[in-house]
Amino acid sequence: MPSSRDVVFVDGVRTPFGRSGPKGLYAETRADDLVVRVIRELIRRNPNLPPERVDEVAIAATTQIGDQGLTIGRSAAVLAGLPKSVPGYAIDRMCAGAMTAVTTVAGGIAFGAYDVAIAGGVEHMGRHPMGEGVDPNPRFLSEKLVDPSALVMGMTAENLHDRYPSITKERADAYAVLSQEKVAKAYADGRIQPDLVPTAVRTAEKGWGLAVDDEGPRPGTTMEALSGLKTPFRPHGHVTAGNSSGINDGATGCVVAAREVADELGLAPKMRLVSYAFAGVDPEVMGVGPIPSTERALRLAGLSVSDIGLFEINEAFAVQVLAFLEHFGIADDDARVNPYGGAIAFGHPLASSGVRLMTQLARQFGERPDVRYGITTMCVGMGMGGTVIWENLA
Amino acid sequence: MNNVETWRALLSERGTDEVVTKALVRDVELPGGAGTMALITLDNGFDHTKPSTFGPHGLFALNGALSEIAARTDLVAVGVTGKPFVFAVGADLKAAAAVTSREEALAIGALGHHVFRRLGELPIPSFALVNGAAMGGGLEVALHCTYRTISSGVPAVALPECFLGLVPGWGGTQLLPRLIGPAAALKLIIENPLSQNRMIKGAQAFELGVADAIFEPADFLEESLRWAARVVKGEVAPERASHDGDDWDKAVADARFLVDMKLRGASPAPYRALDLVTLARTASRDEGFAAEDEALADLLMGDELRAGLYAFDLVQRRAKRPAGAPDASLARKVTKVGVVGAGLMASQMALLFARRLEVPVVLTDLDQSRLDKGVANVHAEVDKLLAKGRVSGDQANRLKALVTGSLTKDAFADADFVIEAVFEDMAVKKKVFAEVEAVVPAECTLATNTSSLSLTEMGAELRHPERLVGFHFFNPVAVMPLLEIVKGAATDDATLATAFAVGRSLKKSAVLVKDAPAFVVNRLLLRYMGEVVAAVDEGTPLETAEHALDDLGLPMTPYALLQLVGPAVGLHVAETLHAAFPERFGVSANMAKLVASGKPGVYAPDFTLDPEAVALFAGGGSPSTSEEVRRRVLEALAEEIRIMLDEGVVAAAQDIDLCVILGAGWPFHLGGITPFLDRSGIARPRFLEPGVASVPA
Repeated sequence: MPSSRDVVFVDGVRTPFGRSGPKGLYAETRADDLVVRVIRELIRRNPNLPPERVDEVAIAATTQIGDQGLTIGRSAAVLAGLPKSVPGYAIDRMCAGAMTAVTTVAGGIAFGAYDVAIAGGVEHMGRHPMGEGVDPNPRFLSEKLVDPSALVMGMTAENLHDRYPSITKERADAYAVLSQEKVAKAYADGRIQPDLVPTAVRTAEKGWGLAVDDEGPRPGTTMEALSGLKTPFRPHGHVTAGNSSGINDGATGCVVAAREVADELGLAPKMRLVSYAFAGVDPEVMGVGPIPSTERALRLAGLSVSDIGLFEINEAFAVQVLAFLEHFGIADDDARVNPYGGAIAFGHPLASSGVRLMTQLARQFGERPDVRYGITTMCVGMGMGGTVIWENLA
Repeated sequence: MNNVETWRALLSERGTDEVVTKALVRDVELPGGAGTMALITLDNGFDHTKPSTFGPHGLFALNGALSEIAARTDLVAVGVTGKPFVFAVGADLKAAAAVTSREEALAIGALGHHVFRRLGELPIPSFALVNGAAMGGGLEVALHCTYRTISSGVPAVALPECFLGLVPGWGGTQLLPRLIGPAAALKLIIENPLSQNRMIKGAQAFELGVADAIFEPADFLEESLRWAARVVKGEVAPERASHDGDDWDKAVADARFLVDMKLRGASPAPYRALDLVTLARTASRDEGFAAEDEALADLLMGDELRAGLYAFDLVQRRAKRPAGAPDASLARKVTKVGVVGAGLMASQMALLFARRLEVPVVLTDLDQSRLDKGVANVHAEVDKLLAKGRVSGDQANRLKALVTGSLTKDAFADADFVIEAVFEDMAVKKKVFAEVEAVVPAECTLATNTSSLSLTEMGAELRHPERLVGFHFFNPVAVMPLLEIVKGAATDDATLATAFAVGRSLKKSAVLVKDAPAFVVNRLLLRYMGEVVAAVDEGTPLETAEHALDDLGLPMTPYALLQLVGPAVGLHVAETLHAAFPERFGVSANMAKLVASGKPGVYAPDFTLDPEAVALFAGGGSPSTSEEVRRRVLEALAEEIRIMLDEGVVAAAQDIDLCVILGAGWPFHLGGITPFLDRSGIARPRFLEPGVASVPA
């Protein structure tokens, strides 16, 4: 029965993203509860999808311990009230966790193993700071397998400035200002809110509240304000808190299905999966990862970059987006790139971000029926990139 | 007295140890651009094991929050919810018990009304988001709101006031009947509290109309707020049935019939509640709430409530920390249980041990067919549990596999706890334990379910009498919460600790009693019945004696109780007690005639008196009046309790009360029995200091 079937993205949602830390939105909220909320909203928003038809729940998290442990895909499925017959698992590719959850279940769907799956990711970086509990093998350094800077993401971003001398701090800051402006506009135009699921938050001190918007965006950010920020990773360096994504908490999820099953159930798919690829690069310049992964995905799809009408690229760091754009000969302010802004403003709860890119691309497809292809791409720690190419079904 | 500052002056000295429930206020942007709601979280700062309650300071805190909200013009709604798993569970009972004057009592009622009613009288709608347990004043907070949502995970919704001796007097009697109709309201206000304080769950509350919408617990708050947003925007309008046309008189009359049946006028609270619900049909809010204030004040200053609070404290606290129990760490592990006998009592015990301890339980009997029947009885009970959905199929299989039968006691060779349930005869029991001791391991605890025999004598010929303990269940074993744990002269601490640990695992409330004839409950019940029967033997009409104590509101009349235990058993225990205390416990010749007649008691199956049975008691020449019988019985009880306390049968009068509440179902408004004997002037001197279970002087 192995087969190859078209795979479609039906619908995606996410919690608002919070800033990590004791004053953040989700300071006293569990990571698994964020996932539960996303799963329930997906089921609620897609009444034609009988919950028992979900064949898999794949949830990514970078740090899979505590409330992000216990095989979070399965435990969140149970907590969300899906039928016990629905299995689930946990998956990890650091920043590309949710993206990998989507591509992995998509592979299973194309193969015929599943009809419908839920894929997503979560990272509560307040409860689980980056690098919590890691134990790098000493051979990495003793055998010089990677540069000592490879495990500090900000340093890898500084390294990328070295590789692309034309990408100055000013260009990075200008890109960051633009990202903040685009996010503010997207909010004002109501492009973001429809795919956010309001999420209950509680602190012992303040009682119950409701998270309805992202906490990260700083509207009105100026070049002047950014120019004064510290460069914590290198004296007189380039990378600041202003031209990087933040430290965030949040969860995302989406429904992925075989196209024929989506049609049978009366679901309304928004995008068709065209191709995907992951690629490795030197860990100390992990930010260039999206370049080879995108080239490979384009090749697999038989497309060229000029066929792509919309780009959703994760803004881990401004420099990493700019390196991608420079490589492909795209202007820093090209309107096709991150039309709603990106992670510099929204935030980047590591393993969750991949599905945010897809959800936003799907909404942009809906507004732009003239666009046929779009890509979602992101860089990944330990020197990787991931790219998924989608076709607009609107 | 009509303002908050007056109440503050009057009440703020009280309850200085109040665990204050805070009213945390946070702005919430309602989804869909509906506007801003001020969301109040009721939170006493502890986890769910200490639910939020309202004392004066908690009420002042909520009042302050509502004042700030009322002063704002940017809000479209106000919401109230609770900390995780708990909405709010009502008045702070400690604060209620601290009230010493009617003025204070009135102030508590009026303050609660003043604060809670603001929720329903703001210019913006209010929403109660009932996320967890909502009881008493907690439920009343919700009732004052314009709208209510409830979580399907809520384990308990109740107005338990009448159970304690109060009325739902912060609006409950006025708001609930209008919301869900008088019949349904009376179920919550009267029927459930008087039925072992039964509670309903979230889904049932929704079905009754207590809440307008129900959502699952996983994202209850979010979905409630989404629903509230739609209400605010006019997209959804909850439909509520009108109850103006309901037959209020019939509903109240039906409830009154029930109250009379259970209490025969013994406790004022449910009657006040009936009056208030009657009033709710026509009274204005002001009139209705004022009437609630008066009722609360009267009840708070009445001894029935004080006895109720005392009784509640006994079953909530003292029952969980039995007086005189040795250090729990001394308890031995129990991994297999033996039950000697395979009769009805034995199979009831076997099922209970299997269900609660989840260890193998072996029944023994000398007769294969009796043994088979005993095991089959257990299996049949398991099947009933399965049919009711109380256990799953796998659990049922496990329970059945755990309970087996054996013709020989060799099966006890690896048992840790062996209990006998054989005929109530000293020689028989001694023989059984001699056989058991021959096979069991050295550490095995031996327990007897005797209801009246001397433990010390029973163990006299054992090689190790220190491991014998009394373990007296009440019938039906699965239902009755009391366990009398009897310490014999030789019983050691490890054995006693094991008995308490097993009792706790069985979810029973254990009371430590000395090895004395019939222990506590049966001794008092026999004394009580003995006096009534003696009065009848002397010529008092049976019906007169039978109803002489009706005003106490005991669960059963004396002859009905006799019928329940069976005349033969009653006579047997009476003879045991007569042998021990001939001057106080008689043996009625007429009772022996009743046993000889083979009749089940003086009542026919239709609960009318059986003239032939009644005739057996005729012939006495010096009848008493009802009042004389009543006084005689109460004085006898007071005397017997005094003697028991002097003998050290239990540690304190509190344990006597705990035993009769849990073992005989004697009511809260009597506080068991000693508070009643104190307040009626029978007990001289008092058993309890004034204020312990009565209005402080």
